Amino acid sequence: MSAYDVSIVSIIGINVILAVSLNLISGFCGQISLGHGAFFGAGAYAAALTMVGSGSVALAIVAALVTGSVLGIIVGFASLRVRTDFLAVTTIGVNFLFVGFVRKQSWLGGEMGISGIPATGLGAAGNMTMILLFAVATIALSFYVGRSWMGFAFRAVGEDEGAAATLGINAGAYKLAAFGIGTALAGVAGGLYAFFTQFITPDAFDFIFSVMLMAMVVIGGIGSTWGVVVAAVGLTLLPEAIRFVNDYRLLVFGGLLVLVIRLAPGGLATLMQNLFLRARRS
Amino acid sequence: MSAALALDDVAIRFGGVQAVDGVSFTVDQGDFVGLIGPNGAGKTTLIRIIAGLLRPDRGRVRLSDIDVTADATAARVRQGLALTHQIVRPFRAMTVLDNVVLGAGYRHTSNPFRAMMHVARRRENERAAHILGRVGLSGTEGKLAGSLPLGQMKRLELARALAVDPRVILLDEPLAGLNRTEASKQVETIGEVHVQGITVVLVEHNLEEVMRVCRRLIVLNNGQVIGDGEPRQVMADPVVHDAYVGGGMVNHAEG
Repeated sequence: MSAYDVSIVSIIGINVILAVSLNLISGFCGQISLGHGAFFGAGAYAAALTMVGSGSVALAIVAALVTGSVLGIIVGFASLRVRTDFLAVTTIGVNFLFVGFVRKQSWLGGEMGISGIPATGLGAAGNMTMILLFAVATIALSFYVGRSWMGFAFRAVGEDEGAAATLGINAGAYKLAAFGIGTALAGVAGGLYAFFTQFITPDAFDFIFSVMLMAMVVIGGIGSTWGVVVAAVGLTLLPEAIRFVNDYRLLVFGGLLVLVIRLAPGGLATLMQNLFLRARRS
Repeated sequence: MSAALALDDVAIRFGGVQAVDGVSFTVDQGDFVGLIGPNGAGKTTLIRIIAGLLRPDRGRVRLSDIDVTADATAARVRQGLALTHQIVRPFRAMTVLDNVVLGAGYRHTSNPFRAMMHVARRRENERAAHILGRVGLSGTEGKLAGSLPLGQMKRLELARALAVDPRVILLDEPLAGLNRTEASKQVETIGEVHVQGITVVLVEHNLEEVMRVCRRLIVLNNGQVIGDGEPRQVMADPVVHDAYVGGGMVNHAEG
């Protein structure tokens, strides 16, 4: 594999973790979050500082996970108080707050970010392998949660909190759990990103990036783990493969998003399912 | 007999309206109580207080002698209360079976961590299928709940309530929107539920059916209890009669 391939595969792995973890919050539990980039960033900064301070990869991953999930649970508390559409706006605010805060903090490197993050010692290929292992673990966790009673309760909470309560389901606890798990994974992705680039700036975690992640979830099929994985891989590769897409990235993603919502609200997952059913019938 | 449900001096005020004004009553385990009253009497408000959707300004709510006044709906359900909504609220994107399975597995969903540790559903599937049979929904298991006609959705609502093993079941207008045949079938099912030892509190406009099945009537008017006792005696009371006629409600045309 060329250095270029290794870096592309690494980014794909990170995006898969981010999209699948966002799908846990927004797809499984129905809590629309447009600020996933903030938790990704929180994890990246936590891991970067830990690496600079101690050089321990394991410690950096734990720091990234804990920071992402603590921030996520705090934002999750907001989801207990506001309706779904307001939550979307709240999370956008959180993302802007995060970037705005980090930019002004000299201990976080301000606008310049943190550079010279110590290497993991695994090399580029080693980092890529670690990222892929985490991505596979995230996918496995997502499938497991979907099959468990937790996923079952998530779906109920996402559809109708009041009705869920009449079945003894404490919607608030489940929403916090979804945010806690989803943002912990986003934090880990941030840590892996810091290992991969060894250099982070606030811009990498802005609102536009959060919207790209939501586009992956929606285009893949909100709630479908496989659909989201396929969309995350595809939408990461597309700008690399087609120069036009790279130049007009926002335009293409925005256009795709509108098309999917208009023509196939179930995303790729439902599209494939329908094709499969049609093929079997004929 | 112990009290399955007890209200003690419950009151709530909305702006200038005293919606519920010092309501106290006790429902014995195994009783079948009809809660009636003209429109605006405070029935729905009282139901919402019992269900934990509203906090009263004063007074206590007890389930099996446990004070649940400060508890949210989910916690009350775990204390043995089940409820159906006046306007049906199935999980439309789930199958009929899954709607009931989720209730039948309430022990697994007491908290997210516990729920995460459990995957198997076979026992709950069997129990849910059994409950669906009891309410006359056998054969609809695999359909999406959102695709059912209203009559069947009302039954599904009842099935979900039964799935959480309630001691007390609170039915908010389970007959509303049903035609005569559907309504009498639904009443029959509720009667069977009661025979199995579940305490039933029924809020209903369809007075004909209420008089037929309830063993006790509690009549609300202007947020207060104005009648309580054996249905025929209560309805013969001039105070109750006046409230109804004065409230402009025509008994049989409703529901």
